Amino acid sequence: MEMPVPDQSVIDRKAHIVAQLRAVLPADAVIDDEAETRAYECDALTAYRCPPLAAVLPSSTEEVSAVLKICHREGVPVVPRGAGTSLAGGALPTADSVILGVARMNEVLETDYDNRFIRVQTGRTNLSVSGAVEENDFFYAPDPSSQLACAIAGNIAMNSGGAHCLKYGVTTNNLMGVTMVMMDGEIVEIGGAHLDSGGLDLLGLICGSEGQLGVVTEATLRILRKPEGARPVLMGFDNNEVAGQCVSDIIKAGILPVAIEFMDRPCIRATEAFAGAGYPDCEALLIVEVEGSEEEIAAQLDRIIAIARTHNPVELRESASAEESAKIWLGRKSAFGAMGQINDYMCLDGTIPVSQLPFVLRRIGEMSKEYGLDVGNVFHAGDGNMHPLILFDANKPGDLELCEAFGADILKLCVEVGGCLTGEHGVGIEKRDLMVDQYAPEDLEIQMAVKDIFDPKWLLNPAKVFPLASSDTRRMAAE
Amino acid sequence: MTIMKPENEAALAEMVKTAQGPIRIFGGGTRDIGGPTEGEVLSVAGLSGVSLYEPGALTLVAQAGTPVAEIESVLAAESQRLAFEPMDHRALLGTSGTPTIGGVVAANVSGPRRIQVGACRDSLLGVRFVDGQGRILKNGGRVMKNVTGYDLVKLMAGSWGTLGVLSEVSLKVQAVPEASACVLLYGLEETAAVDAMSAALGSPYDISGAAHAPIGIDGHSATMIRIEGLEASVAYRVEKLKALFAGAGAEIHVERAPQNVAAGWSWVRDVALMQGGSGDVWRLSVKPSDAPGLVARLREEHPDIKVLYDWGGGLVWIETPAGRDLRTTGFAGHATLIRASEETRRTLRTFHPEPTPIAAITKGLRARFDPRGIFNPGLMG
Repeated sequence: MEMPVPDQSVIDRKAHIVAQLRAVLPADAVIDDEAETRAYECDALTAYRCPPLAAVLPSSTEEVSAVLKICHREGVPVVPRGAGTSLAGGALPTADSVILGVARMNEVLETDYDNRFIRVQTGRTNLSVSGAVEENDFFYAPDPSSQLACAIAGNIAMNSGGAHCLKYGVTTNNLMGVTMVMMDGEIVEIGGAHLDSGGLDLLGLICGSEGQLGVVTEATLRILRKPEGARPVLMGFDNNEVAGQCVSDIIKAGILPVAIEFMDRPCIRATEAFAGAGYPDCEALLIVEVEGSEEEIAAQLDRIIAIARTHNPVELRESASAEESAKIWLGRKSAFGAMGQINDYMCLDGTIPVSQLPFVLRRIGEMSKEYGLDVGNVFHAGDGNMHPLILFDANKPGDLELCEAFGADILKLCVEVGGCLTGEHGVGIEKRDLMVDQYAPEDLEIQMAVKDIFDPKWLLNPAKVFPLASSDTRRMAAE
Repeated sequence: MTIMKPENEAALAEMVKTAQGPIRIFGGGTRDIGGPTEGEVLSVAGLSGVSLYEPGALTLVAQAGTPVAEIESVLAAESQRLAFEPMDHRALLGTSGTPTIGGVVAANVSGPRRIQVGACRDSLLGVRFVDGQGRILKNGGRVMKNVTGYDLVKLMAGSWGTLGVLSEVSLKVQAVPEASACVLLYGLEETAAVDAMSAALGSPYDISGAAHAPIGIDGHSATMIRIEGLEASVAYRVEKLKALFAGAGAEIHVERAPQNVAAGWSWVRDVALMQGGSGDVWRLSVKPSDAPGLVARLREEHPDIKVLYDWGGGLVWIETPAGRDLRTTGFAGHATLIRASEETRRTLRTFHPEPTPIAAITKGLRARFDPRGIFNPGLMG
């Protein structure tokens, strides 16, 4: 993965820049020692690493503003970082950049149950937002699988989803307002405790902009009352196509499960070996979860099971207790770990129209043979968000490159059938160069024009999202 | 007056490219909202038709000029609907014509179900549009989850044509639930009504509508709580809500007849209370618990204003004497002037003024999307 050549004039001024940062931040909030900056050399896309010029850990919106003013004046690229869990390299630094980590900003600022929102600093982890309202039986809905570690800042940057977004939506559908610092240090408020501000929907634009438009330091998030209960049903099929049809029929029947998860045979076998969840050895497995009171759950599961029976399932297992529910989810939740046990893997995130599931799964199987690399599929079937896991051996020369080429082919296939490159992980550096497969040059041009308005000097996370060749002139002009 | 009426996207792009002056973009012309605009009329009514509909994937793609009624009937044939329940502005604004899906998206029109399923923008999966240079652009797509690049889909929703002319939209749709009910609370004063709505919305009973009319359909104060879903589930939640409201001091009535439930919510959605009136109509977006106090302050000055609370109190419709600027009554939120004379719209401005840095961003974006400033000049200010 190519990254821009770092600006030597910035690197040469390191001492001068760090001194200015130290003047506005507490001593322990500026990290410039080469051994220590290494902690920020990568995110969860660990194949690519580069220590930053320095890292800063501000504690307030005002400190973030002070840092950005300095970097703006000095022409230093800034890479915002939440918890560093990006799978797409969204927080990967360059040698001339300052990492701006929001980890120290993790306070709850306001909780309002009557109006159903919470206002937090964005360094707070996703799960601890729900944790802050749990005693009143409320929760924050988006639940990316990294939710124990990932920060709200990163969730907003990537517009993160999760298993339960079929019913509750992704981050952008649950974000009501932000406090954001612009690259020049100006602090702006967008949205708030009310819905639908007039004027252009800048909140919607900022969510998912991968830290390229501003640094979001505070967020107003919608909180919901927890459902009375939830229960899954597990069903196995001897054919992907039939499983796909079953998903479609459930959706068409007007039942809205909170989650419909899909696993294919390679993934089922790997998780069985790893976690022993007692899954049937079949071609395709669905886990469908519904919510409500005991009676409501029973009514929904009755319908779902009746639909499933019309597709001749090889297995149909309705949970009857919390223990059984946990066991049904155990395999799904350990799927990534199980695949990781077999080998190194690359996790893709393309989304396709649900109707294309059988075709795409078949094509991935064929390509797997052509490339000679195994693939397991585990994904959110209700919304078509696939997560093919390609297995490779990082120690074998050429295997990573082969895996990347295979991954690119799968993502191109997703686009061809009417889908997209990424459903919830973001573009980062990982899918940057594939953007030309989804968008025409002018479609990318108008997106880059948006960045011009927020960050005219292209200093915020500049080497991400757009193919380097497309953003070249803009980044160069800014230097 | 000549009207530009392209029959396809390419012709639309050509007309924009060669336009010599300002353009007023028309869908069905039913939402005469915003600052008065000059310019040649461009109707997108010729770009019409549902181009893709997959009921099993809950997605529909339509040309921007497709009548909303056509989309609703295509969806109804599969027992589906637009989740966000777009308002029909005709009766309130005294307009005629055929509302189009492009108009709904351009104005981000949402109804009472906004509190449960989000606004129009939350159901919008993708757009195609023509920018001010006549370029055909696209963003998003037709899948439920998509974080590929910037979300211009949201930006286009509610941009009132000032960034581009929509040519095609893709939407997430929803299955029509088999049952619905409306729990009605009669006799609550406004603070108690907002409290009751907050209690309902803070319950696990999945409320799909929460409105309060100080003067309802039959002339009495009515608080309306809607629930939808499987029959067994609706029946269960009705009982739970009755128990929840037992101490609220209201007379409780449950409406189960589907046509009556639907009629009641159309009445809220289309602000029937203010139809045919002569005052200005404002739409206020506020924190729900702030709403009754704000209304009380306005009543001190204008005891006869008409008021309708939707979204659990987060959306307040107010009819005031003509020319009264509600924004001078300090509050946190946004006030949009939906119905007023051209003169009032010119002086008071339809959209809430933006803080300086936000206004600068808005101006910058418009200059990039529409460098010649030809799209609906003056509509958003």
